[in-house]
Amino acid sequence: MTVLVIAEHTHDEIKPSTLNTISAAAKISSDIDVLVIGQDCAAACSAAQKIAGVSKVIKCDHAAYAHNIAENITPAVLQIAKNYSHILAPASTFGKNVMPRVAALLDTQQISDIISIENDSTFKRPVYAGNAIATVESLDSIKVITVRTTAFDKVAAEGGNAALEDLAAAETTDISNFVKQEVTVSDRPELTAANIVISGGRGLGSAENFHIIEKLADKIGAAVGASRAAVDAGYVPNDYQVGQTGKVVAPDLYIAVGISGAIQHLAGMKDSKVIVAINKDAEAPIFSVADYGLVADLFEVVPELTDKIA
Amino acid sequence: MKILVPVKRAIDYNVKVRVKADESGVDLANVKMSINPFDEIAVEEAVRLVEKGVASEVVVVSIGPAQVQETLRTALAMGADRAIRVQTDVPTDLGGVEPLAVAKCLKALCDKEQPSLVIMGKQSIDDDSNQTGQMLAALLGWPQATFASELSISATKDSAEVTREIDGGLETLAVKLPAVVTTDLRLNEPRYASLPNIMKAKKKPLDDVSAEELGVEFKPRLKVLKVTTPPTRQSGIKVDSVDALIDKLRNEAKVI
Ligand SMILES: Cc1cc2nc3c(=O)[nH]c(=O)nc-3n(C[C@H](O)[C@H](O)[C@H](O)COP(=O)(O)OP(=O)(O)OC[C@H]3O[C@@H](n4cnc5c(N)ncnc54)[C@H](O)[C@@H]3O)c2cc1C
Ligand SMILES: Nc1ncnc2c1ncn2[C@@H]1O[C@H](COP(=O)(O)O)[C@@H](O)[C@H]1O
Repeated sequence: MTVLVIAEHTHDEIKPSTLNTISAAAKISSDIDVLVIGQDCAAACSAAQKIAGVSKVIKCDHAAYAHNIAENITPAVLQIAKNYSHILAPASTFGKNVMPRVAALLDTQQISDIISIENDSTFKRPVYAGNAIATVESLDSIKVITVRTTAFDKVAAEGGNAALEDLAAAETTDISNFVKQEVTVSDRPELTAANIVISGGRGLGSAENFHIIEKLADKIGAAVGASRAAVDAGYVPNDYQVGQTGKVVAPDLYIAVGISGAIQHLAGMKDSKVIVAINKDAEAPIFSVADYGLVADLFEVVPELTDKIA
Repeated sequence: MKILVPVKRAIDYNVKVRVKADESGVDLANVKMSINPFDEIAVEEAVRLVEKGVASEVVVVSIGPAQVQETLRTALAMGADRAIRVQTDVPTDLGGVEPLAVAKCLKALCDKEQPSLVIMGKQSIDDDSNQTGQMLAALLGWPQATFASELSISATKDSAEVTREIDGGLETLAVKLPAVVTTDLRLNEPRYASLPNIMKAKKKPLDDVSAEELGVEFKPRLKVLKVTTPPTRQSGIKVDSVDALIDKLRNEAKVI
């Protein structure tokens, strides 16, 4: 049994989500290959060779892979897919976009967003916004899987010594073309990788007011998240959204400020180690998952917290 | 230009889900069911394209038991022109019709209906798979633009520009038509169907086709062995001041 992990990378570097995915792969087999599909991705490949537990890095380098165009990535994966019993990718927007396309062409029913591996064909995955956990057995011969990264610790980025192999580009297509990207730039830690996350909700009231969250975050080196309502209202960019249909986070500390705690929001943060809720409504559902609740006006206590916290 | 919109009947997003005592699934008895929220957004987008004069017809499709006709009527009341139900007794919730089988049904219908665009939800809120649109695009050999927050059709109607919500921010793709677009939450705000439109929807055509006619089998590939309740969090405490909170975080939880 050999497992293939499709790397998520920036062409120069391997993204942390890949390390979580390899950790899941290691629970299935000790024979793990990593496929890096990119343009001028030699640096990402040599980083991948150093990852602990990887046997082989396969480099598929071509201008058509400059952006993650699923219509081009998929044929690249399919060139070698049949050599593997399992094909894994992180359940990021990258993995979610590409993997079902791969699965369909292999005539395989994908297993989305797994949080545990029971054996090589049985997996657990959250359903109904995390309100239920399904244990599912795949009857397909090749298992195509996306991995919920917060459920698996990262493998070490150093210490490995994998072989490197080249794979020629697959046929490319021009039915889908990259136009532009608006990347949210921030000096703060990445939301899904941060040890502390502070999220703001509709209670903040405006984009301007949201700065009080950012000030606190910067004081303690936290990432900033948000509820859907805060994103919809335009207080912060879309990629801040935490929840069932946004990002899933599980930091050591999650502070929810002015967030009511709808099930769709809880789905994205309730596996955090310690949860703090600040809300002026003592009945807000967020308090039912909070280790420490502070019933107060956020405009008074958040600045106070920022002043007093070390 | 014809638009096909697949809609799924799913548990209403406000319902508090309960797992059955025998761990065979979740309790759907007497539970409110609705059109999957992302599919409602897809119907809205398609109807707007007709209203803007870009598209000429919106066909909605649902795969599942008789009750999915209600879901189709909801979509017709929002302004879709006609509906197709793919008959099966297999339920639509977890362990029932699977994304790959749904995608195969939709592929067969696309071969027949020849739409220029399929707009569908990015995810159903019961099985949370987030697969069907990508699978359909793959089977058809069409481009896919997933997680769309903005969609515009070119003047010549042979391509679409789609803004996608991705982990790092926003990405814009240009896809040639025909294509599959999957909706994210911020694409639009769906309308409420007015009473006259609900009445009108009752007279709109709703055709049945069997899954066998489409040549699709619903043999499960993913056997649901059991469904359990996730571990519940111990309920915590309320603190009465910022000082008390900092003390707890520092000395009890030791996270700062
Ligand atoms: C299909 C679907 C998917 C969804 N996916 C997501 C998702 O991924 N993530 C997500 O977050 N939501 C999601 N939602 C939306 C979700 O249902 C809620 O609407 C949303 O989470 C509410 O955001 P909120 O808590 O910020 O706003 P509200 O529910 O309006 O809560 C605001 C809170 O702020 C408090 N407040 C106000 N002023 C103050 C003050 N001065 N001081 C202290 N507290 C104050 C209020 O007491 C209230 O509890 C989804 C919904 C659907 C239908
Ligand atoms: N039974 C069904 N009938 C019609 N459309 C469906 C069905 N199941 C899924 N879909 C469509 O596929 C999308 C994604 O679903 P999923 O891949 O299950 O998360 C949904 O938002 C619907 O648009």
